[in-house]
Amino acid sequence: MKPSTPDLEAWWSVEDFDDVVQEFLVESYENLDQLDQDLVALERDPTARDRLASVFRTIHTIKGTSGFLAFAKLEQVTHAGESLLARLRDGAQTLDRRGADVLLRVVDVVRALLAQIERDGQEGDMELEDVIAEVEACIAGAPAPAAAAKPTQEPVAETDAEVAPKADAEPAQAPVAEAAPAQPETPEAATPAPAEEAAASRRGVADTSVRVDVDLLDKLMRLVGELVLTRNQMVRATEHAGDHTMSRAAQRLNLITSELQEGVMKTRMQPISHLWSKLPRVVRDLSNSVGRQVRLELEGAETELDRSLLEAVKDPLTHLVRNAVDHGLESPADRVKAGKSPEGTLTLRAYHEHGHVVVEVADDGKGVDPKLIGATAVKRGLLTAEQVAAMDTDEVLRLVFRAGFSTAAKVSNVSGRGVGMDVVRTNLEAIGGAVDLRSVVGKGTTWRLTIPLTLAIVQALIVESDNERYVLPQMSVRELVSVEGQTSARIEYVSGAPVCRLRGKLLPLVRLTEALGGKAARPEENGEAIYIAVLNGEGHEFGLVVDRVLTTEEVVVKPLASHLKDVGCYAGATILGDGRVSLILDVLALARNAHLGNAERAAAAAAAMAEVKPETRDRLLVTRVSDRRVAIPLSMVTRLEEFPVQAVERVGSREVVQYRGQILPVLRLSGLLGSWSEDVSDTVPAVVYSSGGHSVALAVDGILDIVDDTAPHGPSDGDGLSGSTVIDDKVTELLDMRRAIMAADPDFQLPEFVTRDYVEAS
Amino acid sequence: MSSVRYATFEVAGQLFGLEVSEVQEVLAFSEYTPVPLAPGHVGGLFNLRGQVIAALDLRVRLGEPAQERTGPAMNVIVRTDEESVSLLVDRIGDVVELEPTAAEPIPDTLSGPARELITAAFPLADRLMLALDARAAVRGSEAA
Repeated sequence: MKPSTPDLEAWWSVEDFDDVVQEFLVESYENLDQLDQDLVALERDPTARDRLASVFRTIHTIKGTSGFLAFAKLEQVTHAGESLLARLRDGAQTLDRRGADVLLRVVDVVRALLAQIERDGQEGDMELEDVIAEVEACIAGAPAPAAAAKPTQEPVAETDAEVAPKADAEPAQAPVAEAAPAQPETPEAATPAPAEEAAASRRGVADTSVRVDVDLLDKLMRLVGELVLTRNQMVRATEHAGDHTMSRAAQRLNLITSELQEGVMKTRMQPISHLWSKLPRVVRDLSNSVGRQVRLELEGAETELDRSLLEAVKDPLTHLVRNAVDHGLESPADRVKAGKSPEGTLTLRAYHEHGHVVVEVADDGKGVDPKLIGATAVKRGLLTAEQVAAMDTDEVLRLVFRAGFSTAAKVSNVSGRGVGMDVVRTNLEAIGGAVDLRSVVGKGTTWRLTIPLTLAIVQALIVESDNERYVLPQMSVRELVSVEGQTSARIEYVSGAPVCRLRGKLLPLVRLTEALGGKAARPEENGEAIYIAVLNGEGHEFGLVVDRVLTTEEVVVKPLASHLKDVGCYAGATILGDGRVSLILDVLALARNAHLGNAERAAAAAAAMAEVKPETRDRLLVTRVSDRRVAIPLSMVTRLEEFPVQAVERVGSREVVQYRGQILPVLRLSGLLGSWSEDVSDTVPAVVYSSGGHSVALAVDGILDIVDDTAPHGPSDGDGLSGSTVIDDKVTELLDMRRAIMAADPDFQLPEFVTRDYVEAS
Repeated sequence: MSSVRYATFEVAGQLFGLEVSEVQEVLAFSEYTPVPLAPGHVGGLFNLRGQVIAALDLRVRLGEPAQERTGPAMNVIVRTDEESVSLLVDRIGDVVELEPTAAEPIPDTLSGPARELITAAFPLADRLMLALDARAAVRGSEAA
């Protein structure tokens, strides 16, 4: 089936258009059946206003949609019918036998046109003058319809081409009209006879689809949820039973349940185009009002999402799109100045990834400047300058998701009232999703929404605390860290608050047992292994300390009993594979209840403490540089990376590597320290230090250990070193970090405290 | 007036009754999932044929101290409009048929949280049965 106007709208693919026409047909057929009944009833009782209103609505809807889809004839005939109905509705005329005849004829013609459209997507060359003349005559009260004159009023539908220039006056149709040259008929439609034969053997659209009550779908979904649970129990039971017949049956049950679950979930799925269909209009209106030229590109509109989730992401998505047009893209003049095309591109992309749906909103605008973000965060009192300086670029960018943050220099009525990105984040986290952004200054920004496929069933991580099992949504778990006697991860205390140094960063910790009102215990100090689940809550990362990590499982979310809603740290309950009830933890509430904001302050306090008490020595990262051991204060290590050798490129006399969208200067410590490194390997281990949005990488030959800096320092011998110490009975040299950074990037703005801290510590 | 049937059970030595029409079922269950930080009268959660049911300790609800339970506890499951809630009781008694006219005023000596949950008192052959207001008993908010 081909649409009559293949080029209808730039953002619609042909398939999308087909879908819309199909929906229109199904809906119209249904409405027409009702309309027949209504008309017959009306003839008996012409005063039934609700019937009349219903008939009017039906005809009006068909008229509106056919106008939108550029079915000119359909629009013409329904328009005529509507004129008559309007008179009836307003009481200017009462429905008599003749009026009913005429209206029923209109319905017949509409039906015929719909059937024609269903066959080949075209309206065909049906004659409409007769029926329209009849309607006119009926309105005018003229006796003989057959000889009636041509319609006196302007036939609306023929004027598609005329509507286009008037687009601004009629914004509702504007996007259509602009993109759609009036092309109501094509030569193809001239051969209706064979098409009719084919149609006879084909089932009509109305017969191949069924409208189903959403409640019924919800119920099916619930039942499938139960089945999933039972399946989990069954599979677990047979695992230990050792009965082959049983295990085979359980295997089959497993497969069938998965397929059924998938099938039922599909019934609730709707393509994201349902959501996107409104965006071209939003973008058009907005770009006009803020003076932008925007080309909207939609990719993956057929990606499907559970309908309840679709509803939930509507507002966040609209907000991001508005934000991108208003703040992301520059004005045409600025774009030309920056060497870009005056027309900005806004790309919406939807696709599946790891059992989630990812929706990206990408613009090629000016990008988000981390410096600006950092400065605003300081100005708003969210963080101190030192804290911002210690963050890497990604973290700084993520500050926009904090409550009360808005970087818009000018508050407009579009966005930028300081509510926005944090609301987007909250909305997404409420449905178990997440939002993130990537941005390159001058190149553009990409917002990335990760949305679960369905709300009812979630991938969960089962953990144990105080001999009870709890469920964490997998979505919020970033990584798991095992804390055992000798591993580098260790729990420390900063003004009483537990923290963990993870890759050189302070991760605030929450002990699950304590968060749930249990007694404070430090099992790790008795040599017991514990685990830290690194979670993402409220835009911060924090670590949840649990006793054990058991398994991952698909769980069905059950609502909480009303008695427990006020407790606030549970998102729901579920039944695990062994039939026991387990509570699903509300990660956001845990973060809130633990006052994690305090942990940030604690981290700042830790930095302050290091300044006040220089004897509180830092921990040291011990690296190997050719055959020497070189130590770097852990506080000056933002990240450890391994770059492939070929990723290190030469620019002039320096080496650089592309890293997280930045160009990172690389300094080989062997060069700085005057050693010759003959190591040949595929990767280059490097210590990355970031501050104020800048980063440098110090390439070493190996990472050896992280140790406490306890031994006294020997004197400095210059040459890029600030002293030496004895670690593990081996002499280890201390790197003069300041010199190394400056050697890597002379423009690097070192924060004050970094150097002071270091000088005192050495 | 037609007679009303009551399912009776014992809590802390006192006999209580719930109208049979309000009781979904009675069963013994031994494994409850504790709910940390929940109000004290929440005895735990359990799985009733795929439903997560909250069990309320009627002892605590009536203002008595909670008792360490060993072995299976008896659940009287009450169905309300929104959800099923279980009441943990000490012992299940008979179903008795009573005339509403047999109800006596609630003794003045009854006070505390229990007073709000009782609708009537019925003298049986050997002891007094207090009729519980099912809805009030499963409503949690003011009891915490």
